[in-house]
Amino acid sequence: MSKKEVVAMLLAGGQGKRLKDLTRALAKPAVFFGGTYRIIDFPLSNCANSRIDTVGVLTQYEPTVLHAYIGVGNDWDMDRKNGGVFVLPPHERQEGSSWYQGTADAIYRNLKFIESFDPEHVLILSGDHIYKMDYQKMVDYHKEKNADCTISVVNVTLEEASRFGMLNTDDNLKIYEFDEKPAQPKSTLASMGVYLFKWDVLKSYLIKDEDNPASSYDFGKDLIPLLLNDDKVLYAYPFEGYWRDVGTIQSLWEANMDMLSEDPLLDLNDPSWRIFTRSPNQPAAYIAPSAIVQNSIVNEGCMVHGKVDHSVLFFNVEVGEGSEITDSVIMPGAKIGKNVRIHRAIVNEGMVIEDGAQIGVGHTEKDEIMLVTSES
Amino acid sequence: MKGFVGVINLDHELDQLKELTYFRCGAAVPFAGRYRLIDFALSNMMYGGVGDIALFVRRKYRSLMDHLGEGRPWDLDRKRGGLFILPPDWHDPTDTSLGDLQHIHNNMDFFHRSTGDVVVHTGTQHVNKVDYKDVYAYHLEKGADITVVYKKVDELRPEHGACRRVEVDEHGFVTDIHQDRSHTNIYVETFIMSKELYLEQVNYCIAHGKSYFFRDVIQSNPNRLKIAGYEYKGYNAVINSVESYYRNSMDLLCPDNYQQLFRENPVQTKIKYEAPAKYLEGAKVSNSLVANGCVLGGEVENSILFRGVKVEKGARVVNSIILQKCTIEAGAVLENVILDKDVQISHNRTLIGDNKHPYVTAKSTSL
Repeated sequence: MSKKEVVAMLLAGGQGKRLKDLTRALAKPAVFFGGTYRIIDFPLSNCANSRIDTVGVLTQYEPTVLHAYIGVGNDWDMDRKNGGVFVLPPHERQEGSSWYQGTADAIYRNLKFIESFDPEHVLILSGDHIYKMDYQKMVDYHKEKNADCTISVVNVTLEEASRFGMLNTDDNLKIYEFDEKPAQPKSTLASMGVYLFKWDVLKSYLIKDEDNPASSYDFGKDLIPLLLNDDKVLYAYPFEGYWRDVGTIQSLWEANMDMLSEDPLLDLNDPSWRIFTRSPNQPAAYIAPSAIVQNSIVNEGCMVHGKVDHSVLFFNVEVGEGSEITDSVIMPGAKIGKNVRIHRAIVNEGMVIEDGAQIGVGHTEKDEIMLVTSES
Repeated sequence: MKGFVGVINLDHELDQLKELTYFRCGAAVPFAGRYRLIDFALSNMMYGGVGDIALFVRRKYRSLMDHLGEGRPWDLDRKRGGLFILPPDWHDPTDTSLGDLQHIHNNMDFFHRSTGDVVVHTGTQHVNKVDYKDVYAYHLEKGADITVVYKKVDELRPEHGACRRVEVDEHGFVTDIHQDRSHTNIYVETFIMSKELYLEQVNYCIAHGKSYFFRDVIQSNPNRLKIAGYEYKGYNAVINSVESYYRNSMDLLCPDNYQQLFRENPVQTKIKYEAPAKYLEGAKVSNSLVANGCVLGGEVENSILFRGVKVEKGARVVNSIILQKCTIEAGAVLENVILDKDVQISHNRTLIGDNKHPYVTAKSTSL
């Protein structure tokens, strides 16, 4: 392999327990979003649009669908002779077999893979977030600051801060402290889980961390504090724009709803920053004479006979006559019968909703978002 | 059987769709919101297991080549075989072939190198879902030399005027092929036969100064070949004029036609990475087909919207076909109109065509 300035490593092995049944047999990065995408399309498309063409995808939990989905990476223009996308699950080794123990361990176990591209910098990404970001700008910033590590951050409110890994910095955004989910936050800069390291620095610290049996081998909890202790140069890179963690049913639903506004903060229809995905190649949606569709996203392959308001319909969804879907997300291939009412719900892939069913009717913002799966 | 060899012959397809075929051949005309006419033949070949395909083109094939690329959407980007786009680029000084035989004669290497031994020959003016495996099974059962595919139509339409008719006896064999306009067995431009016999007949035609394979081998049948007629019973639309294009497009708004054409074995086409269609507050869309990338704020009724069409609030589109990336600004009214790609309709403009003869605008115009 020839030299690459930047190699991206995408952590896609997480289970996403808080997504409940959506991730029962599916890795979190493979969860559907926005009418046609899977979460992993966002970081992969960001790489493609940022001209980063070498991406290792670290998988572990329920990887089958994810592996098949990524394939040879042609949908993200990553079927390259030199570089491209590489799926990297844990594997049996001479010294024994075990799972990836943490995010840092997952990267450590692929040192040889990274080494083969002799990179200057390594970009660590996760498959949990919805955002559009030009990583190249972050690389420029990182080089300008001559940082050992640059961490991308978003501004959150002090109330939200206790849910994130917070970075405490000086006025020049030089980081002096990492605060994981602080009870008393000192800053409003939350880590996006996007790290850019000088490769030689990352490598030496991965080796150092690996030698510590007490470590949890996690970037946020272990590796970053280790670098800070040694007075390494860490900078925060302020990201402006839409960024959402979609780790819970509620936040996944909210982010889907965000796409419905007339002028959304994240424009899926921007030709200069396409979100690439594996297209199911379905026919144009059929909107029947009896249908009313407003404030919604409807994908190809859908047949709509009822009323759809403020909702997201993935491909191949059918909505029968007299049915009314409001404030909901209907995943691919779900068949909604006649005279059904669905309100504030996520209906999982392939579900069949019988005629006359009532789901979430009368629910308000105080109620939890209903998740309709085959188990419930 | 070792396999099929596909031939898609565009040589006889006339570019009669007015503005829609000014700059492209009929096979490249966009259809049904996101396809081009050739996608139907290619998808049938894909599902029929045809791995080697020769595409004979003669003119206006630039946009067709752009659409096909190396054939990946139809699984034709193969190491061995795949899609061969064969333009009329031949320079054999001893060549005496005429008409469509020129394509075959000058591309003998394709036929010799292909691994299949049964030729499936088709065109792109008939939009259908013919199952070539089923046709071949029938061909074997009949012990035929050639099997031609026909559709018995319930209603004769103007576009059938140019089609050949197939007379079939009670044993399923063809007794005559003619152009009697009152006959309802429409030949759908598809036949199959063994590659060996196909090439033998090509050489016979060239030796005898013939110029048109179908007419000189199958229709006039000078060599008394056993020709079977396979009746195809599914959806078949003939697209050979603006009127037939318009009416057959509108017919897809009937859910029964839509499902027949699209539900099983989805038709494959070039992938675009458009976001799903977006419906804004106040949008009124009914009885329409909507492709991805559309943003709809206005009123859309009995219409087909291709990928990336914008209909602004206060605009009204009725009984129309709007091709890729057109913008209809606020206050504009379109009725019985076909807009080719990239057309911009400005504020408060009104365009109304005849309900049988829609008004067609050429690509990339602003009105």
